[in-house]
Amino acid sequence: MGEAKWIGIDAGSTTCKAVAVDAAGDLIASRIEPAHPVIEDQAARLVDELRAEAGAGGEVPVVATGYGRKLVRGATRNITEITCHARGVFRALKQPGMLVDIGGQDTKVIVIGPGGRAVDFMMNDKCAAGTGRFLEHSAARLSVAIEDLGPRALGAVGEESISSTCTVFAESEIISLVARGAKVDAILLGLHRSLISRVVAMIHSVGLRSPLMLSGGVARNLAARAMLEQATGQKLHLPEHPQLMGAYGAALVGLESGADR
Amino acid sequence: MNPKSYLAYTLGYQLFGKSFLSWQRHSDERKLRAIRPAPDDPLNPPLVGTARMKELMSRHYLEGRYANGVRKVAWVTSGAPIEVLRALDFFLIYPENHAALCGARRHAEGLAVEAENAGYSRDICSYARTDIGAALSGRTPMGKLPRPDLLVCCTNICQTVLYWYRVLAAHFGVPLYVVDTPFLYEKVADHQLDYVLEQIEGLIPVAEKVAGRRVSRGRLQEIMEQGKDCAELWLEIMDRAQHRPSPITAFDGFINMGPIVDLRGEPETFAFYKELLREIDRRIEQGVGAIRDERKRVLWDNLPVWYKIGKLSRHLGAKGVNVIVSTYTYAWGELAPMMDASDPMRSAARVYLHPILNRSTGDKLRSMREMVARFQLDGAILHSDRSCKPYSLGQIDQRDNLANDLGVPAVLLEADHNDPRVYSDEQADARLDAFVETMEAA
Repeated sequence: MGEAKWIGIDAGSTTCKAVAVDAAGDLIASRIEPAHPVIEDQAARLVDELRAEAGAGGEVPVVATGYGRKLVRGATRNITEITCHARGVFRALKQPGMLVDIGGQDTKVIVIGPGGRAVDFMMNDKCAAGTGRFLEHSAARLSVAIEDLGPRALGAVGEESISSTCTVFAESEIISLVARGAKVDAILLGLHRSLISRVVAMIHSVGLRSPLMLSGGVARNLAARAMLEQATGQKLHLPEHPQLMGAYGAALVGLESGADR
Repeated sequence: MNPKSYLAYTLGYQLFGKSFLSWQRHSDERKLRAIRPAPDDPLNPPLVGTARMKELMSRHYLEGRYANGVRKVAWVTSGAPIEVLRALDFFLIYPENHAALCGARRHAEGLAVEAENAGYSRDICSYARTDIGAALSGRTPMGKLPRPDLLVCCTNICQTVLYWYRVLAAHFGVPLYVVDTPFLYEKVADHQLDYVLEQIEGLIPVAEKVAGRRVSRGRLQEIMEQGKDCAELWLEIMDRAQHRPSPITAFDGFINMGPIVDLRGEPETFAFYKELLREIDRRIEQGVGAIRDERKRVLWDNLPVWYKIGKLSRHLGAKGVNVIVSTYTYAWGELAPMMDASDPMRSAARVYLHPILNRSTGDKLRSMREMVARFQLDGAILHSDRSCKPYSLGQIDQRDNLANDLGVPAVLLEADHNDPRVYSDEQADARLDAFVETMEAA
């Protein structure tokens, strides 16, 4: 493992991620934590931790991305998640194509061109439908742990239809379904279907391309993956650390900028 | 004419009001000339001519305050055939323009809430909510709007106006004249022209009855001629953006378009745009652009986000992005060639059938593609306007076509022209920043 040359911070809406890369652009250390309300302090602490773990004791420059990117103190640059995810995933999977990143607040469909540059993209509108928040919110309402969402949905016998893609209206539907005695797992399957239908609509609005890649926190959800493959007829390609791709891409952008320390 | 109203009109508007606004314009011009932008300001000094626009619009609304009892008042949609009304000396109020002014002055939300509290859904156009809210509450940042004697609504911009004007007709208890314009999926057909012509002709007796006088054909021709002159001049101004660096931004267009909408054909409007064009040409001669460092030239599609014009122009300007042209401002000039004073009524029928919102989505795409080539554009921002469904319809395909067929980076910006509650700074910035990055990487 080399010494840290650049650090990327992805201050997202749900989690804060930090990645250190060495001179070869390999991911050598990382952190992922629930997002703290005071982004500045959390980012500074994560950078300190990574510097201590993988740095050579000196300064390691930082590139910031994510919603809190402008609040990361000392970052040499701040770049949007679109560019960073494209760069990170391109390096991890070594191919252009179409990347779907389902994050906490945003879902992005990014067309990755040669060299890992973002050629085209689409993001969800202001509403939380089609984002990780939709599942998170619904899981809380059903008292199901987030990591159990996918397996339970996949094991469901039958499916309850959730007609609304709106997070708030879906919650009303869940309450009605629970009151009618519907099975929780069947509701979960319906929720996943609703989320994926929204994501697939975004994919088609940009124009489906192969290979189809997935990143973001929802990539850990087995049901979402299976349903996305089924709905698009494409095999999904996942990087080893789907949640870290934004931070990884940010560190790579720094490294490629050549402005080494 | 009511003598008391006439006295108030003469004193308040003709004598003191106009003089005060003229003095204020001189003062504004001095202030604008004295602006020295900070070294980190991405924008060059603003157009001094804007002071004249402010004077014209303030004068218009000031006259409006005193108009009842002196001039007959018509409230009209932005695409209404106003030649007949102008020939009868109606004072015209454009509720859409009024709503836009409320939006730019950050009053729209409060007025929209008035309408919402009266039961109007938040899904209704925010212009309609702003205006209905103003009508219901009597509040407006313009002081006071004159009560209409006649309402004229033309469906060439959307169907919402039909219901909006019915609300106004019921509220004010005045006649409403509707001009129905069939949507043009393809080239206009003669029967469509005849259909609209018949309705515009039908407006004449209605308007004459309200005005209490007869319209002269000669005056109609004169008005069509003046309208054409103004529209041509406006088009010329928009086309100056072809220069590099562009001397104007689409935001300048949004700010200065009030007179071409509200006061189309007025001699003062013509003089104002003539002077504005001279100022723009001076910029071109001196090689001065609207923004300091124009690295990317971009198209804006749809209405502006009125309450974010300043913020957006600075945010994008700081990244070297000059939004130089828009389909929306262009719409007020592009039909000038169809205006024909020798046959004012038939040419009016043709013109009012052809606004961008009454033409097919494919036609709008062709216009955008043509603009990309003519203005040498690097990208396009398509404002997906929650309040303007007809304008936003088809944007996903249009964006896809620009990005994939033409290779011009294009982004959909979710917003609303007048309702700030629909706008999220962070999300909008993230999309725009990512869009700029894709243009830079292209």
